[in-house]
Amino acid sequence: MLRFTIRRLAWAVPTLLLVTFLVYVALRLGTDPLQSYLRTNPRASKEKIEQYKSVNGLSSNYVLGYFHWLKNFVTFNWPRSIKGSREVWPELKDAMANTIRLGTFATVVGVSIGLFVGMFAALKPGSRRDVAVNTGAFLGVSIPPYITAVLFQLVFAVYWSRWFGKTLFPTSGVYPPGHIGFNLVLMLKHMALPMMVVAIQVIATYSRYMRSSLLDVMNSDFMRTARSKGISERQVLLKHGVRNALIPVVTIAALDIGSIIGGLIISENIFAYPGMGLYFLDSFTNGDFPLLMPWMVLVVASTLMFNLIADVSYAFLDPRIRLD
Amino acid sequence: MTEFATISPKRMAMRRFLSHKAAVGSCVLLAIMVVAVILAPISARYGVNESVRKPPNTFLPPQKLAWFGTDDIGRDLYSRLIYGIRVSLIIGLFTAVISTVIGCVVGAVAGFRGGRFDDVVMRVTDLFLAFPFLVALLVIRNTMGSIGWLTAIIGDKSSVRFIVFLLAFFGWMGVARIVRGQVLALKEREFIEAARAVGATRRYIVRHHLLPNSIGPIMVSLSFAVVGAITAESTLAFFGYGPQAGDGATSLGILVGAAKGAVQTGYWWIAVFPCFALVLISLAINFIGDALRDATDPRLDRGE
Repeated sequence: MLRFTIRRLAWAVPTLLLVTFLVYVALRLGTDPLQSYLRTNPRASKEKIEQYKSVNGLSSNYVLGYFHWLKNFVTFNWPRSIKGSREVWPELKDAMANTIRLGTFATVVGVSIGLFVGMFAALKPGSRRDVAVNTGAFLGVSIPPYITAVLFQLVFAVYWSRWFGKTLFPTSGVYPPGHIGFNLVLMLKHMALPMMVVAIQVIATYSRYMRSSLLDVMNSDFMRTARSKGISERQVLLKHGVRNALIPVVTIAALDIGSIIGGLIISENIFAYPGMGLYFLDSFTNGDFPLLMPWMVLVVASTLMFNLIADVSYAFLDPRIRLD
Repeated sequence: MTEFATISPKRMAMRRFLSHKAAVGSCVLLAIMVVAVILAPISARYGVNESVRKPPNTFLPPQKLAWFGTDDIGRDLYSRLIYGIRVSLIIGLFTAVISTVIGCVVGAVAGFRGGRFDDVVMRVTDLFLAFPFLVALLVIRNTMGSIGWLTAIIGDKSSVRFIVFLLAFFGWMGVARIVRGQVLALKEREFIEAARAVGATRRYIVRHHLLPNSIGPIMVSLSFAVVGAITAESTLAFFGYGPQAGDGATSLGILVGAAKGAVQTGYWWIAVFPCFALVLISLAINFIGDALRDATDPRLDRGE
């Protein structure tokens, strides 16, 4: 177990390097960092440009440039953003905090409701509630998140106040403009809509996974054996059914992080929620290389990490899987 | 002699598919849409870029003159929707076919060959599937668009052709995975062994035994690939990175994207109709895919 984990971890490092190298090349080709620097700072002096090139590792040799960039990145000598020459880390840190808050909230709500609903449907396959859950999940999967977001905006930003005379959920930002300090209620209210957009997707996916997984388990022989031993139905269900049904679901959960991040990007953009998604779209549109690279490294690293968690947890939860 | 009511698997699949009412309804709906879209010059009441009447004509609510209302420069939303669906369906179909073909080839080779090639392909596929789709799409879009010789073949960044190739570049992985799984499962079966024993080449086995036997899952993933491509295109267009064909031509994504700015002011029709059309298409194709899966999966014997 431990050896397996360590071996996978050891593999993750070269993979991270390789993927970040590819990202570096892709961004240099795709966003042309030098051009976008000159575009935003048309009157930059020669030294400034040289300095920008050197600190970002923008030499004509991509491999050398990458290692130059990597050295600066690892030693935390990060270049400043091209627009307004801001420090990158504080900005990234804030965005990360906002997104982790929103993402965790959405995932926890989505996964718990999704698992419960899936279980609820699987207990009586073919019944009316099964059909209802299936249809709901089907709708949830079929409707792209930005459509939900736009419709939420239409309802909550415009019509709710028109119909009921007051706004229920604010539709942009983390706090109202000008607000200072921490206020849990306000924060939750601001998170509600972007959270729901992501959570709907998560609920739909997970209820489907859970339903099919639990149905598979229910039809297996050991469930019949457990029943015939005379264990109470509840025990059969929880100890034998749900436990085994969760194994594939957990794996998929860890692999699903990419789609959750994707949903967050969309939802943050529409609700002007200052998180990683908005950060990415803004800096991507500006071609802001110094802002983009650390973001990419973080996302690639977390993707790899969750991949690893999926593999390890799968092996950990299911003793039938032999490692190596 | 006793007679057994035997039917071929194909007919059984057909019968099962037809018993899925939602899927049949979806087929009818899509057929109507396709006809409307092909006959766009007749079925649309105005041109793509034509305003319904002389100003003031902006943001008219739905009325007799413009069934679905008009947009910010007075164009008929209903007509634009028809043209938009046309572009989106074209993108969906072409992308799905190209990516399914690539996926079949890669998946079949990986599954049949096994070994190092299989390992590498599946690792890459896993990584791509786990990475945030939208980010990869945006970054690779720009990268592909800036390589001169590539844009000479697949067109400019804002062309429909480019979007098709871009989405196909991403779409094959899911198919490859499914085909690989099928091939792995089939590879050890007796009839393949028999084929090998009589001296069939690998190429022959893959083409005549493995792929035809995986046709069910391939069809299913093809249909889901169509939805995937249509939604991906609209996501791109929603953020302003979609196709920008000239002369005000449009796609579902562009129309939904226009909704982003319009909702705050309460022009609900600009948001509701394109969103509704997109959801309808996506639902219909998903239903068909689901029914295909049920129909072609021989393990799901529902005792009919």
